[in-house]
Amino acid sequence: MATKQIKFSDDAYELVQRIIKRYPEGKQKSAILPVLHIAQAEFDGWLSAPVMDYVASILSIQPIEVYEVASFYSMFNLKPVGKCLIEVCRTGPCWLMGAEDVVKYIEKKLNIKEGETSKDGMFTLKTVECLAACGSAPMMQVGETYHENLTLEKVDSILQDYKSKGELVTHWDKKHIKK
Amino acid sequence: MRQLLIDNITSSTSLSDYKSHGGYAALEKALKMKPEEIVAEVQKSGLRGRGGAGFPTGMKWSFIAKPEGVPRHLVCNADESEPGTFKDRYLMQHKPHILIEGMIISSFALGANLSYIYIRGEMMVQFHILQKAIDDAYAAGLLGKNILNSGFDLDLHVHCGGGAYICGEETALIESLEGKRGNPRIKPPFPAIAGVWGRPTVVNNVETIAAVVPIINMTGDEYAKIGVGKSTGTKLISASGHINKPGVYEIELGVPVEEFIYSEQYCGGIKGGRKLKAVVAGGSSVPVLPTELILKTAKGEPRLMTYESLGDGGFATGTMLGSGGFIVMDETTSIVKNLFNFSRFYHHESCGQCSPCREGTGWMEKILRKILDGRGTIADIDLLWDIQSKIEGKTICPLGEAAAWPVAAAIRHFRPEFEEYVRNPQNIKDVKHYYRLNNLVEV
Repeated sequence: MATKQIKFSDDAYELVQRIIKRYPEGKQKSAILPVLHIAQAEFDGWLSAPVMDYVASILSIQPIEVYEVASFYSMFNLKPVGKCLIEVCRTGPCWLMGAEDVVKYIEKKLNIKEGETSKDGMFTLKTVECLAACGSAPMMQVGETYHENLTLEKVDSILQDYKSKGELVTHWDKKHIKK
Repeated sequence: MRQLLIDNITSSTSLSDYKSHGGYAALEKALKMKPEEIVAEVQKSGLRGRGGAGFPTGMKWSFIAKPEGVPRHLVCNADESEPGTFKDRYLMQHKPHILIEGMIISSFALGANLSYIYIRGEMMVQFHILQKAIDDAYAAGLLGKNILNSGFDLDLHVHCGGGAYICGEETALIESLEGKRGNPRIKPPFPAIAGVWGRPTVVNNVETIAAVVPIINMTGDEYAKIGVGKSTGTKLISASGHINKPGVYEIELGVPVEEFIYSEQYCGGIKGGRKLKAVVAGGSSVPVLPTELILKTAKGEPRLMTYESLGDGGFATGTMLGSGGFIVMDETTSIVKNLFNFSRFYHHESCGQCSPCREGTGWMEKILRKILDGRGTIADIDLLWDIQSKIEGKTICPLGEAAAWPVAAAIRHFRPEFEEYVRNPQNIKDVKHYYRLNNLVEV
């Protein structure tokens, strides 16, 4: 099987170059977090070692500098995930307002446990810490979208909606990469 | 009740809308002032940092080093991650231009020509709203070279994080902005001397920077007339939990806590008509208080939504205004489970740099899990108390305190509830979900 070429699309590459220019000359390493978000959006929703090496080459830094950053921040996936990463907030007010029931329901619905991916590769379920939507708890994030004031019926409809679209959903939505 | 930040536009990201409601008038006024006059106005206003620490903003600004030929930077801390706090996300989503206007005025006052808004990575919607608003501001000559023919140049960028609560700490945020892991730095040197890329830097919260706009519009003296004592101006309060009307409220500092919880103007009372049990008044890190202490001060007076009144009596009887993350818990809430939830959070978010925090947060979480499981002992409660006291004050950044204070307060005010879990574990309900969430084996 041919190895998939690791290269940003023209639009993504141009965006990355624009972002690098936001920092002083010689401080291009500062762009690492936004560039990793874009990389995750471009390369199947996760960061493989070759993808991180590619990011390092673009930023003219050592690969280890990318690995240590990517492994520190919770938004970067270092192993493959489903097309839709469901992140249910489990902290504080979301816990008070029933986040555990939401997690339990999704686990049952998708026949997976927290941290796992559904057999069809569509959904990965993850619990996350406070997402600053406490007034509309319980909530979950899929891609850049916050789904708030969740009920089990609402969860059903949201999952169905993503499933019917069948597209890769990432935090940095591809619509923001296109010119 | 005056509203200065979320007053005249309920939701508009448009530059023309913002301008039609008086937006950018403060900038025009500020650019005709001297930078030191702006700093003086902010000092006169009594504005205190709205991110949680409550340090006087004008004083913080006055500390910035001004060596010749060295660039200075203003960084807006928009990494809002404190459980219970969601006001900055609301403000950026509904009124991005007030933050941008505040950033331009503040940058001018500080002599910064390159500034950043460091926004939490999860808040991509707000990130793109801000980017669009910044693009519009550039197009209108409000950013870039020679802003409004004043001779002042400013480049402003929005920078997204990657998901780490610790990056809300100012030195961790600076490390992260430099493209590194968000490990806090030892202070001194303070950021005002050596911040991002070793240059003098001021880091201010979103709400703090937005508040500079009304201060310039109305003058610092007029702003200082709002509020009570040293708690001047208005404050955004994020209200959540078991209340009828959760949401973001802008209050004049000094509203009685009881009025805030029960009046229709604010939270509208407790959901389902149940009784109030406890409140975390300023985000998860501040001490929880039971009903009798959150409604009245140690002196028996009505407790007010001010820095001083909420802190009255120290942590024995008081708490903190903090970030204004106001979490209300009704009589059905288990304080022990709530504490477990918070302790798990702090364990997860500890950067791991300091041993007391790295080891202590995990240890506290494990003991709480044991108590919830019905296997705890009275000695475990004492051990929890001991561990939290050995984390507080012994770490590079305040995450140690943030992890310790909720534990201390919960034991201080609700010890009998912990003892009930220990003495009568058969009374414990709903323990199973903790096993499920943590992939533990049920016993």
